Amino acid sequence: MGLTPATTPSSVSYDPPSQDGWVTTRLEFLVNWARANSLWPMPFGTACCAIEFMATAASRFDLARFGMERMSFSPRQADVLICAGRVPFKLAPVIRRIYQQMPQPKWVISMGACASTGGMFDNYAVVQGIDTIIPVDVYVPGCPPRPEALMYGIMMLQEKVKQQRSIADQQQYDEIAIDPTSKLYIPASRIDELSEPFGNSVHQTRSAP
Amino acid sequence: MTVVVPGAALPRGTPDPVTPHNVPHRGGDANPSVDGLRAQFGAVIGRHEVIWGETTVWVDAGRIREIMLWLRDDPAQQYDYLVDVTAVEHRDLDLPMEMVWHVRSLPYRRFLRLKAALDTAAALEVPSIEPVYKSANWLEREVFDMFGVHFAGHSDLRRILMWESYAEGHPLRKDFPLRGRFSRSEQLSQALAANPEARYSMEELSVADAFHELPADMRARLVSGQSRGVE
Repeated sequence: MGLTPATTPSSVSYDPPSQDGWVTTRLEFLVNWARANSLWPMPFGTACCAIEFMATAASRFDLARFGMERMSFSPRQADVLICAGRVPFKLAPVIRRIYQQMPQPKWVISMGACASTGGMFDNYAVVQGIDTIIPVDVYVPGCPPRPEALMYGIMMLQEKVKQQRSIADQQQYDEIAIDPTSKLYIPASRIDELSEPFGNSVHQTRSAP
Repeated sequence: MTVVVPGAALPRGTPDPVTPHNVPHRGGDANPSVDGLRAQFGAVIGRHEVIWGETTVWVDAGRIREIMLWLRDDPAQQYDYLVDVTAVEHRDLDLPMEMVWHVRSLPYRRFLRLKAALDTAAALEVPSIEPVYKSANWLEREVFDMFGVHFAGHSDLRRILMWESYAEGHPLRKDFPLRGRFSRSEQLSQALAANPEARYSMEELSVADAFHELPADMRARLVSGQSRGVE
C-alpha cells in the first residue's frame, strides 16, 4: 500500500515491558503538585464573603476541581485558612488560635476587603486587616469577591505552592515568635507613631503587636 | 404552660384584624393601655404620642419595674412579650438620653413603647426589669455594654458584645470616638490577650450544667476566675 514500517524504533517510543510504572521527576515537584491539588480549606466565614465562598464550593463553580471540596472544619486537618468576612477584635484571639492549630505547611487566603483591610468598617470593633494577626499569602479583593475572583486567588496560591522549595528549605516552616530582645524589634506602638501619616485615607495603622 | 392565641382576650364579637390603611403619621387612636396606666400610676406617667399608629408613653425611669409588673399581670393588659430594651443618646441638652422598652400584648394584640428620660450628668441607673421578664437579661446587658447604664437588681450585669476586659468605655455613647480610644496596636494587643477558651463563665447555663464533664484544666480555669476572659 505504499506504507512501510519504521525500521529503527524511536528512542522515545513506549516499551511497556521495560518501562511500566516508571516516571522520573524531582521529588519537590511531585510533593508540590500533590499539595497544590489537594488543599483542604478551613473556612472561617464571618460575613457576606462566606456566602460567595459557599457559592464557590457549590456545583456551578465547583471547588472540587481544585481538590478542595473537602471543607476541613477542624483546623488540625486543614491546609489553607480562608478568612471570608470581617473579623471583630473579639474574634482576633480565635482566628489566631485556629491558625496556630493548623499543621505546617499552611497557607492563608484573605477573602474580601474587610478581611484584608477592615474595609468600610474603620471603627472600634473591627480588625483592620487580618495580616495584623496572622500571615496572609493571597489577598482577594472585592466586596464581596465573585467566585471567579476567589478561584483566581486559589490558583495564585496553587502557583505559590508549586514554586516552594518544599524539601530543601525546612526553615520556611518555622514559626517565628516575636523576640523583644532582638535588635530588629520595634514595638507596635512605635510603628503606629511612625506610620501615622502613611496610613490609608485617614488614620489606619498597620502594626501587629 | 398556657398557649396564648393572639387576640384571645378581646371581647367576643371583635372583628378580625385587617391590614390598616391610611394610618396618619401623628395622631390617631392611642393604645387604651395609656389610660389604664394613668389611672393606676397617676403622675408617674407623662405625655404620650401616637406615631404611625404606635403609641409611645413617657414614664418615670425609677418606677419602671412596677409599671412593667402591672402591665404584665393586670388582666386588662397582659403584656406578655418583652420585645426590646434599648437606649438612645441624643445631642440634646434637654433630653440627653432615653431608655426605651418595647412590649407587646399577644392576647389583646397591642403594642406599647415606653420611654424614660435619663440624666447623663447623674449616675445612669435604672431598675432592672429582669425580675419581671427573664428575657430582659441579655437585652439589659447589651444596653449596659453599649451605653453604660447600670440596671439595679440585674442578676448578671456583664458585657455581652464586647469582651469582658474591654477597657475603652461604652461604644454607643456620643462621646465615644468611632475608632475607639486606644491606638490600633493597643486595641489588637488587648484583644489578643484574651484567652478564647476562657470565654465562658459559670453563670452561663450550658457550661454550668456540663461542669463536671469538662476537662480538668478547664474546670480549674473556671473556678479560678479566669473566666473573666483574660489569661
